[in-house]
Amino acid sequence: MNLPVIIKFVIDLLAVLLLALGIKGLSKVKSARDANRLAAFAMSLSVVGLLSYYLGTSGIAIQSWIWIIIGSSIGSLFGAILAKKVPMTSMPETVALFNGCGGMSSLLVALGVAIFPISNSVENLNFFKSLINEVSISVSIFVGAITFTGSIVAMAKLQGWLSTPGWTQSKLRHFVNIVFAVASLIAFFDLINGNTSSIWLLVIVSSLLGIGVTLPIGGADMPVVISLLNSYSGIAAAAAGFVVDSQLLIVAGAMVGAAGLILTQVMCKGMNRSLVSVLFGGSLSAQSTASSGSGEYTNITSCSVEECALTLEAANKVIIVPGYGLAVAQAQHTLREVTKKLEQNGIEVVYAIHPVAGRMPGHMNVLLAEADVPYEQLKEMDVVNPDFPATDVVLVLGANDVVNPQAKNDSSSPLYGMPVLDVQEARTVFVIKRGMSAGYSGIKNDLFDLPNTSMVFGDAKKVLNDLIGELKDLGVGEK
Amino acid sequence: MSFISLLWVLLLGSLLGLELIGKVPPTLHTPLMSGANAISGITMLAALTLIVKAEGNVPLLIIGSVSLGFALFNVVGGFFVTDRMLAMFSRKPSNKK
Repeated sequence: MNLPVIIKFVIDLLAVLLLALGIKGLSKVKSARDANRLAAFAMSLSVVGLLSYYLGTSGIAIQSWIWIIIGSSIGSLFGAILAKKVPMTSMPETVALFNGCGGMSSLLVALGVAIFPISNSVENLNFFKSLINEVSISVSIFVGAITFTGSIVAMAKLQGWLSTPGWTQSKLRHFVNIVFAVASLIAFFDLINGNTSSIWLLVIVSSLLGIGVTLPIGGADMPVVISLLNSYSGIAAAAAGFVVDSQLLIVAGAMVGAAGLILTQVMCKGMNRSLVSVLFGGSLSAQSTASSGSGEYTNITSCSVEECALTLEAANKVIIVPGYGLAVAQAQHTLREVTKKLEQNGIEVVYAIHPVAGRMPGHMNVLLAEADVPYEQLKEMDVVNPDFPATDVVLVLGANDVVNPQAKNDSSSPLYGMPVLDVQEARTVFVIKRGMSAGYSGIKNDLFDLPNTSMVFGDAKKVLNDLIGELKDLGVGEK
Repeated sequence: MSFISLLWVLLLGSLLGLELIGKVPPTLHTPLMSGANAISGITMLAALTLIVKAEGNVPLLIIGSVSLGFALFNVVGGFFVTDRMLAMFSRKPSNKK
């Protein structure tokens, strides 16, 4: 072993250790920010390690340097600009876009190696070795392409550029996807048999498969899909590691792949969905309208913003339940103004955060933190649930399924078993909502029929703005 | 590296990943996803290898360079955006949990 090899070995080992510590640290609030920087440092370290290894052994041609600088500066520049500019509410689609590009990168590496085999003077390519090479190239292309097209479709759907076409909700889509899957399998075996041109077939059909699988999935299930695709991009990276013989790539890719899978599982649990039903069940509303759950509301109480303000003024303890609708209306700053007024009047305000509130688990916390809500006021479901009976007013803002008592009381409900916030235990519940439409599950919400629930109809942001005006008229928060 | 030892690396890496995030507070799901996503841009190393070993093969250099661009877009953007999210949590120092 000569010096460059030893140095690279040490650096790689260190990078793996730091990356692992980084992922670990990211799962705790206190250490998360440092952990993210640690991981970023580990990544740059790994680049230094790789470059110094080549400098010490084969040397790096000037031409290579030029292309390295061109590629890396353009990629980094666009990445940095997008990361700085994008609004916090668009976080899910941004993560999807980044993720897709990671998949694309693995795809291109494998494609490059497949078309122009890297000259390997040391190793003699025997049959076994070349088989492994072709398998890892195929896996890298297959997973990379699915990650790329899947992520782009996910992003487009979250941005509202793409809706769910009707035919994708029929059984036909399974047939189409099976055709794509079989075609990629054929391309794969053809490739191993030495037919290099079938690589293009593999690229095309796996790209189509990525689209075909992601397109039928409903918008609210998208976070799960993005998390799963994130896991795939790790697998694609690990496969690319086999292609270029890099242990570091394999370890890092495998870590991300496995961690992504766990995270996906956690998200599914929070939504009471199984991964299988997210992937193959189509959007939930399509199935459940026919089944139970759908029914007429019989006892809706609607009330004005003024009444809501009066009740709030008289309260001692208020719990806010923010949801997807709040995120869509971008009303988190307005909400913060309302709560500030209430706090100035000595009213205790906390936010009840359901694990899947917002557009992505944890997304609501990010949005509220952006609006300067103190972290201490954000209470997780298990902590806040015992508090509801002692609460005067609950404000439900754009949340629906996560406050549906059916999940606890009605064993025939599709929601049954899903962890929910027990808002109905509070004295008064105000639900601010655009209309009587169902949540993404498409299921009737029994909460709306309860006698202590009043509906305030309107756009979340507008209602909150009106509320500020009413509270001002009442003299709340002006001392 | 022999193929078998690479498989061991894959296995141990996966196990490590499974163990690392046992308990994550829901608050951190989005940042964790985006941070892990940035790490998956580690394919930039593969792209670099491709460019270095291209030996003047221009199409391969271009493929490598584009691949490197995509990977770095993922890495740089991913880490920055994660940092932005996490900065919001640490702006108000919290004493509990």
